[in-house]
Amino acid sequence: MVKSDLAPRGSGAKHDLALEVREVSKHFGGVTALDNVSFSLAPGEVRALIGENGAGKSTLIKVMTGVYRPDAGELRYLGERVELHTPRDAQDAGISTIYQEINLAPQMSAARNLYLGREPRTRLGLVDVRRMVSDAREVLSQFGVYVDPRTSLRELGMGVQQMVAVARAVTTDARVVIMDEPTSSLEPREVDRLFAVIRALRDSGVGVVYVSHKLDEVFAICDSITVLRDGKRVHDGPAAELDRLGLVGHMLGRSPEELRSAAPSRRTPVPHDSEVPALLNVQGLHRRHVLHDVSLQVRSGEVVGLAGLLGSRRSETVKAIFGALPVETGSVHIDGVELAPVTPARALAAGLALLPEDRKLEGIIPDQSIKENIVLAALPRLSRAGVVSDARRDELVEVFMRRLRIKAASPNQKVRELSGGNQQKVLLARLLCLQPRVLLLDEPTRGIDVGAKEEVRALIDELADAGLGVVLISSELEELADGADHVVVLQDGRVAGELSAGHISEGEIMTIIAHHDDQQSQVGS
Amino acid sequence: MTTLTAPPETTRRRSGLMGQLRERGVYLAVAALFVFNLVFTANFATPDTLRLQLIQAVPIIIVALGMALVIGTEGIDLSVGAIMALAAAVIPLYLGYGVLPAIGMALLVGIGVGLLNGLMVAVVGLQPIIATLAVLVGGRGLALVMADGKLTELFDPTLSALGYGKVFGVPLAVLLTVVLVIMVGFVMRRTLLGRQLVAVGGNRKASLLAGVPVRRTLFAVYALSGLLAAIAGVVLTARTGAANPAYIGLEFELFAITAVVVGGTPLTGGRVRILGTVMGAMLMQLVSTTLVSHNLMDSDRRIVTALIIIGAVALHQARRRSS
Repeated sequence: MVKSDLAPRGSGAKHDLALEVREVSKHFGGVTALDNVSFSLAPGEVRALIGENGAGKSTLIKVMTGVYRPDAGELRYLGERVELHTPRDAQDAGISTIYQEINLAPQMSAARNLYLGREPRTRLGLVDVRRMVSDAREVLSQFGVYVDPRTSLRELGMGVQQMVAVARAVTTDARVVIMDEPTSSLEPREVDRLFAVIRALRDSGVGVVYVSHKLDEVFAICDSITVLRDGKRVHDGPAAELDRLGLVGHMLGRSPEELRSAAPSRRTPVPHDSEVPALLNVQGLHRRHVLHDVSLQVRSGEVVGLAGLLGSRRSETVKAIFGALPVETGSVHIDGVELAPVTPARALAAGLALLPEDRKLEGIIPDQSIKENIVLAALPRLSRAGVVSDARRDELVEVFMRRLRIKAASPNQKVRELSGGNQQKVLLARLLCLQPRVLLLDEPTRGIDVGAKEEVRALIDELADAGLGVVLISSELEELADGADHVVVLQDGRVAGELSAGHISEGEIMTIIAHHDDQQSQVGS
Repeated sequence: MTTLTAPPETTRRRSGLMGQLRERGVYLAVAALFVFNLVFTANFATPDTLRLQLIQAVPIIIVALGMALVIGTEGIDLSVGAIMALAAAVIPLYLGYGVLPAIGMALLVGIGVGLLNGLMVAVVGLQPIIATLAVLVGGRGLALVMADGKLTELFDPTLSALGYGKVFGVPLAVLLTVVLVIMVGFVMRRTLLGRQLVAVGGNRKASLLAGVPVRRTLFAVYALSGLLAAIAGVVLTARTGAANPAYIGLEFELFAITAVVVGGTPLTGGRVRILGTVMGAMLMQLVSTTLVSHNLMDSDRRIVTALIIIGAVALHQARRRSS
């Protein structure tokens, strides 16, 4: 497969690494994205680059592809030190990247996209369209794509688009190909084909960096694994020497050994499968490529944790419950009453409230005051005949600023000027002033300082003790092990397992994450 | 934000001269031009001239009020000039039933076209600039068809009272404008719609997740803009004593956007300045008067206006960078 374009490129010393990153650091303002990270890739090696949110994967890729310049450290390519100033530099040198979001021109034909910027020319210097189309047809057929290359890309499926991107990257004479979650929009059959292409690349001496959060893919195709966490390299070694549990442990910052004796939860557990009817009952949420038959129940006073790796669809699950993500099938009941169809407004009216994961993008209105941000959802309740009562608003704001200890110069201060922790408290206040019955909290403690973290955790306990139902998403296993009465583990949009009170520990959660897809059909082998 | 008066700034970091200029630039510019004309322009300080300044600014102010609301939602309404033409075209068709039914029909047409804009933006999901551009082109075409391409002179005493009548020396049209400014200011400062529309402009995703009825808000805002444009069309028709759909409201979308932007409302939405918008329209009017009374041409006015727009936007950019 694809041999014609991929003859071995044996020039240069055989022992040289294809690409090497030496002790690179990168800071953005006060935030350290990469801290003294090294990374190496030999010709003919497929190396997995793994990490959860904020681990530094994207920054490292951008350093390797000339988007960012490192603050410290160096980049070596084929044994020589190089400076990549632009993505074009990297491409010209032979470092090809396939991004998660496909960066092709959708209105142009598949053939055009394949040869963009390097079109075959006629003797007059015009684009040799006939040759380009026939070449494209041949190249694409090697990738198992049998479409008319003259079709504009947007009319082709996502999988085909992804394969065109791969074909483009691979046929540009690349020696290093970086694939950033290349299978996110592929069907299993297409994944098999992609893996065949990767193997052909490996055999012809091309180095491949494979970024994915799908463990089965990593173990199916990669020779070696590098794990980043919080901007540091925490593991580097052959794939054969690491098992799934060990890999998950590195990703989440917990070694399996230290987890065996997990401390018991600080909460007095609420029996999950008691006779008590569920306050929130979610059944069979399904959305193609995203959610597959996800069900969960939350009882009054119960904290249900949602665990899983990046891409396990935890956020999508709570958004679907809240009506912010349409589903094809599935139902949501609050106190036995079905919400149909679920919309955010209807969910809020029924007593559901969602704290979104991305505080800046989906939470705060940065240029408005704390006051306006807190009452945003409650405005209709503060109004009579469409006129908002300022007095009632100010009263509400004062109560919740005091209760959540929001630190600010005044309620009129712009939310943008607050710290992350105080912004999060503003959003929690927005939910709580609706007097909700069930809270859906998506990473409520991410990106906030330690003190605020403890305050938010204590608040969640307090709310549950007062009888609210809570769905808690967290990437910190400790937070779930300590703070949840029941844990649902998600993987690829499926419920991979559940843990009830008394059985919840970081180790048990990791074991489910690591071994779930063992039972499923193996991909790409 | 969104107050009739300047917002209560609790964290005033931009206090220096530049900061003052950014916050109050348009007020200072209006005051400066006013003083300049008092001193250097012959016959400026007479009641007639001053009255004329206000009367001429009235249609732009009314249209700009609606435009400010639309821009507050991170949208834009290019159809306002066409809506003025449609309103003008409707009046003679219904004048036979009486002047009030004719005006009522004109206003209904404005609301209807506004709802159409809202439909395209909020439900179909077209970009506001494209949706309202289509109405700009098609709306004036329809107005010309309705008027058979002709100017229709109108001899109705009630209508000309709206154009020329006065109460205690203040023109009716100016009083009407003051009422409208207060009403829109009230909508922005005190009502659910006002709060929700700046929320939609400030962060649409967050607004959706907070249960803000985003579609309904957009419908309301575009309908209000259509209504205000139709009112401006009626006032201008009354003033000219003729329905002239070929010319009425030409380029008003540009005048209105200019007034809004110069008045300190950012095109990125999330904030609306009503009084600033009025001042923006007054500034345009004073610039025009100043140049004309000193024997400069309309083409010069355009160039000066361009410079003011660039200056206003530059000031805003500087503010965004500094914060």
